Amino acid sequence: MCKNMDWIFFALSTAASLLLAPLSIGFINKTKAFFAGRKGVSIFQLYFDIFKLLKKEHIYSSSSTWILRAAPLASLGLLFGAFLFLPQGSFVSPLAFTGDVIFFFYLLGTSRFLTVLAALETGSSFEGMGASREVQFSALAEGTLFAILACLVFRCGEPALTAVLSKNCLQIQSLAFLAPILLVAGAFFLVLLCENCRVPFDDPETHLELTMIHEAMVLDYGGPDLAAIFYGAALKFYLFASFFVMLLMPGEFYGTWQGAVLSVAGVFFVSILTGIVESCMARSRFLKLPQLLTSSAVLAVIAIILQYFFQGGIE
Amino acid sequence: MTMTYSQDFLFMENGTSVPLQNIPEMEFSLFRDKILSMMDICRTEAFFALPDGEKGRYDLFIILADAAKKGFLLAKSKVKDSFLSLTSSHASFNRFEREIMEKYPDLKAEAHPNAKPLRFPGKEQETGVMDYFTMQGDAVHEVAVGPVHAGVIEPGHFRFQCMGEKVYSLEISLGYQHRDLENMLVNGPAGAMRHLVETAAGDSSIAASINYSRIMESLCDIKADEEAEKTRQFALELERIANHIGDLGALAGDVAFLPTASFCGRIRGEYLNMTAELCGNRFGRNFVVPGGIRYGVDKEMAQKLLPKVKKVSRELWKALALMFNAPTCLDRFENTGRVSLETAKALGLTGMAARACGIKCDARKDFPVKEVVSAQCVYEEEFPFQPNGDVLSRALLRFYELKKSHEYLFRYLQELQNAPPCREESLPLKKETLALSVTESWRGELCHVAITDEAGRIQLYKIVDPSFHNWEGLAMALRDEEISHFPICNKSFNLSYCGHDL
Repeated sequence: MCKNMDWIFFALSTAASLLLAPLSIGFINKTKAFFAGRKGVSIFQLYFDIFKLLKKEHIYSSSSTWILRAAPLASLGLLFGAFLFLPQGSFVSPLAFTGDVIFFFYLLGTSRFLTVLAALETGSSFEGMGASREVQFSALAEGTLFAILACLVFRCGEPALTAVLSKNCLQIQSLAFLAPILLVAGAFFLVLLCENCRVPFDDPETHLELTMIHEAMVLDYGGPDLAAIFYGAALKFYLFASFFVMLLMPGEFYGTWQGAVLSVAGVFFVSILTGIVESCMARSRFLKLPQLLTSSAVLAVIAIILQYFFQGGIE
Repeated sequence: MTMTYSQDFLFMENGTSVPLQNIPEMEFSLFRDKILSMMDICRTEAFFALPDGEKGRYDLFIILADAAKKGFLLAKSKVKDSFLSLTSSHASFNRFEREIMEKYPDLKAEAHPNAKPLRFPGKEQETGVMDYFTMQGDAVHEVAVGPVHAGVIEPGHFRFQCMGEKVYSLEISLGYQHRDLENMLVNGPAGAMRHLVETAAGDSSIAASINYSRIMESLCDIKADEEAEKTRQFALELERIANHIGDLGALAGDVAFLPTASFCGRIRGEYLNMTAELCGNRFGRNFVVPGGIRYGVDKEMAQKLLPKVKKVSRELWKALALMFNAPTCLDRFENTGRVSLETAKALGLTGMAARACGIKCDARKDFPVKEVVSAQCVYEEEFPFQPNGDVLSRALLRFYELKKSHEYLFRYLQELQNAPPCREESLPLKKETLALSVTESWRGELCHVAITDEAGRIQLYKIVDPSFHNWEGLAMALRDEEISHFPICNKSFNLSYCGHDL
């Protein structure tokens, strides 16, 4: 199905992305430090943290079972699996199949399911609270996500990840034709913030168990498990950010080396953008988050309607 | 008009002392009725027992704060073995009576509705182990936080009874910091007393040492000169400023608004350093002593500090404007953690927490010590905003207090001629006397009471930290609130654990 060269390029660029993923978190933190007037930690800090944690031993609560132990690696493995489907810049994944776009997002969903299961397994009231919040907000985010996918699939006519992100459906024909994609991008950015536990949905910096969502679920982990969780979080952010970048990348860059470079640079741009958002606003109240997610779903639905009219107009 | 009995009490001004025999003694049921009849116009400032020498016999002392008369009302009553609890009629006595029962196991407040341990003194009781209030039901869950805190602050235990995100009840159990400080202070005067008092709550050392010094001054019949008094006030305002800035920064940090959090963290340090320039200690320890101040402040020092305050305060207003102009921050603060005016009055809240509910109380205005020029308080005529007891009110109040404190700072630094240092002398204390001093620390009214015996030694030294009144306010603020709002509610009160536990 794939040409040999493409396969090599894909492997190379996936390896590069896996290596660069923690850097995206470094960029967010550096941006936040800049806005707070601080020097901040090095952008490579997450690498240091992961190496430090890998050297530590495992400690588990005596009341926990294998679920707690297996969850971090299994969840990281699923994220890694999802990574293999993402077209890297301009290189099509050899695993791509029709309908993989749904598979892709459910791999991420299963990864979250395992984290939630492990959190409930600890029996801690904080982790239970975190798990309940995580499930509530991600269920709402899923609605938006599938409205976005509906719009994209409708636009390109094929439910495949490569297709919805490829040049064919993103060539700029007119400014009006761009409108649905901008709306979709806006909605997707909100989903990105929600899924990656960023402000205004969650506060990755907080040490306050009562306000945590994602952090509360991983309170019982340390050592290599925590390293896997940190790396998984970076990987997930990288995944969502590249999806966002490819959504907006002008069509002519697809299939070129510039496109590959641009998609990586774009991820770091999204990091900086996230950092700016986090510096300019406080975290939202929990009760207002469903409203925020619902409005992102509305954006996606408007995009579908616009798309419907434009496609009618183009014919 | 309801009948009050204020003429039956002894009236006393702040920072003075009275012979014990002048305090009117009443039969307990009369004592109880008269106190309760005063609760509409007075606040419970202190309520404590003094052993009478014989087992089970105690003198109960009441000190009521009467802001309208600008002073305090005192009375006492002899009781044996037990007395009828006042808490069942007025909630502000809750902690005082629990304290009495715990300190003197042979004295019981009968029919106390919530007679649980307060500080878990002694070895036989394990701190935090008691019967907590619990809720029953399928969907109800209990969340226990602490005693080890996520923020690595002081220890305290919090039990939430929740359904989903909503908190139905919060019970706060303290006592982990109990050092038996009040007992260490008896039998003095001793050299370590001032240092012990200063560390009762480390973040209000200056307020504590002002109280201690005034008590010693009134017991020894000496006076600090006017310049020294103004300089004490200056140090007190510096303490207030540093703490308010820290709190506002922490509030910003808790809602993940990083710029203000980072700026405030740094700016707070600048003010602490100014305190260090006065006396060599960032928290102002060893600065205020009986008779005056231990380190002199001259015109040269004032001229050195003035441009610093100007520069740093400009940065401060900018950092705070960022937060108070951010709609996302205001949304988090507004209507969060509300304490109603009625609740605040019933619990006898004090200081900032009470003012944020709309109660006009401030010891700087209500209980002035003669010849002391103190900083103005925020509500001088009217509040510059509508206080409604939420986190936003407590944050805004801090902001306006910062403004008022800075006005005092500038006035002091510009007018100061020379405040010379004074030597600490040990003079004999008046015998069988009660001395009282109340200072508006940054949290609220900090009250110190000392009683001397027939040999002129300290027989009782009572410290009532504002936190002692206000912890219950925090528990009430969380009622029907989202559990995720606990951190900002907690920060907006920022109460002291060690000041409460003593």
